[in-house]
Amino acid sequence: MSTLLSVENMTHFFGGLRAVHNYNLKIKSGQIIGLIGPNGAGKTTIFNLITGVHTPTKGNITLKNTNIKGMKTHEIASLGLGRTFQNLLLWRHMNVLDHIKMAHFSQLKYTLFDAFLGTPKCRKQENEIKEKSHELLKLFEINQFADQIVGSLPYGAQRRVEMARAMATNPKILFLDEPTAGMTPDELVRMIEIIRKIHNDFKIAIFLIEHRMKFVMDLCEYIQTLVFGEIIAQGTPDEIQNNPKVIEAYLGKEDLT
Amino acid sequence: MDYFFQNLINALQWGSFYAVISIGYSMVYGVLMLFNFAHGDIFMVGTYIGFGIATLLLALFSAIMPGWLIFIFTVVITMFLASFVGVFVEIVGYRPLRKAPRASAAITGLMIGIIFETGNLILLGAQRLSFPPLIKSISYNFKGIYFTNVKIMIVVISLLLMLLLHTFIQKTKWGMAMRAMSYDFLAVPLMGVSINVIAPLTFALGAGLASVAGILYGQAYPVLDPYMGVLLGWKAFVAAILGGRGSIMGAALAGYMLGFIEIFVAMVFPSTFRDLIAYSIILIILTFRPRGFFGMAHSTSLRL
Repeated sequence: MSTLLSVENMTHFFGGLRAVHNYNLKIKSGQIIGLIGPNGAGKTTIFNLITGVHTPTKGNITLKNTNIKGMKTHEIASLGLGRTFQNLLLWRHMNVLDHIKMAHFSQLKYTLFDAFLGTPKCRKQENEIKEKSHELLKLFEINQFADQIVGSLPYGAQRRVEMARAMATNPKILFLDEPTAGMTPDELVRMIEIIRKIHNDFKIAIFLIEHRMKFVMDLCEYIQTLVFGEIIAQGTPDEIQNNPKVIEAYLGKEDLT
Repeated sequence: MDYFFQNLINALQWGSFYAVISIGYSMVYGVLMLFNFAHGDIFMVGTYIGFGIATLLLALFSAIMPGWLIFIFTVVITMFLASFVGVFVEIVGYRPLRKAPRASAAITGLMIGIIFETGNLILLGAQRLSFPPLIKSISYNFKGIYFTNVKIMIVVISLLLMLLLHTFIQKTKWGMAMRAMSYDFLAVPLMGVSINVIAPLTFALGAGLASVAGILYGQAYPVLDPYMGVLLGWKAFVAAILGGRGSIMGAALAGYMLGFIEIFVAMVFPSTFRDLIAYSIILIILTFRPRGFFGMAHSTSLRL
């Protein structure tokens, strides 16, 4: 298994605030890795740094042997990195199918000229993408919502739309920022199934931020714990579960007196 | 009653100018969350380009081509050239300021406008130019209502352009990207789509539309001067606000409404009161509906 994404000694400052310190990460293709930590630890910042929303102050990021530090988000995305957001960045008034079609943007190769004249080439491609999109929607069990405005869907379905949209860009690695935030226990179980399914079907690597321990322990083969921008512990789920540092960060120090 | 219909036609004509120009404001706001205050002057530059192309084509081909064919070529060539003006404004004026406060972008827009105006003064001098008539004006009298073929043409071409734009935005991938940008622009680059493709395209479309409005304007009111875009631009901006920031349909509708209010206010009151009363009405509408007709209520604090 080759290394897909590697981050070396990444440090980032927001003004005088050190948000991330000396962060390292290696993800091989097909791995599922979890990032946990209390609120404000800098988990989402790490996502933003790797996906090019911010450029890290120090350190190196390599994706598929390409140095992506300082590259634009859309360039990094084209290299095969997909992402979802903690607070759902969907296009509220667009329908579900359009979301998925939009994610195929670079696969639609017609020109402005084709579009204005409505050439057969343009129509053929549009139809192909439409079919592909429906297949993807079926996989995420949201095909029945295809023509609905995304803002009107139940919360769990919206999450799946966002994930389907990320998958439509054909990523090699998928970043999930709290995929179960605000979900009911039923939806949570379904989400675990769906993530397992896309992991198996598409053979992609997944890097996820999560708060629910059950979810992380079930899915991930390797877990990092981030506190105040620094990794305080990493290892397999069992190691993390019993690590006193992690317990301290989450529950506070045990007072024996 | 005749008088009413007479004014209705005038209102439709003015409404068409406002609508086509204000769409340019709305599209740019939708995609980049900023108002391109140079748009009125882009309209002016577009009109001058149209003037140049029309004069050139007339000089070269007036013997072998009928007026309407020259008109069509003028529109197509002008749209093409004017869209580069839009792209230029985006790349030089707004791109470096994408992360700057919105006020900086607004000031830059005004500056670009002034540069266009004074640049035009230096280049072509202060004398007014006269747009050559491409379509021979024919007056009709329908049961006491007078109208010309030019007025009808202006309304029809404007509506046609808006329909074309609507199709573009609903059906093509770029239109889809523009719509997506207007709802959330953070997620668009994650689809592998660069904002630096969609933003200039939006400016190009707006400038192209404005230049056609300029040619049509030149057919109805053939006097060109470097400041012609200022007042028309501001009024179209008002229409864009009234229609709802970022809503293209709203901008078109509000553009026509503005035309109607202006013309019918002038019908009842002395025409010197026209703007005073017309814009008071709009002020009252906005007091009760600050987000305009179709604007989305913004949860975040408004970025100008």
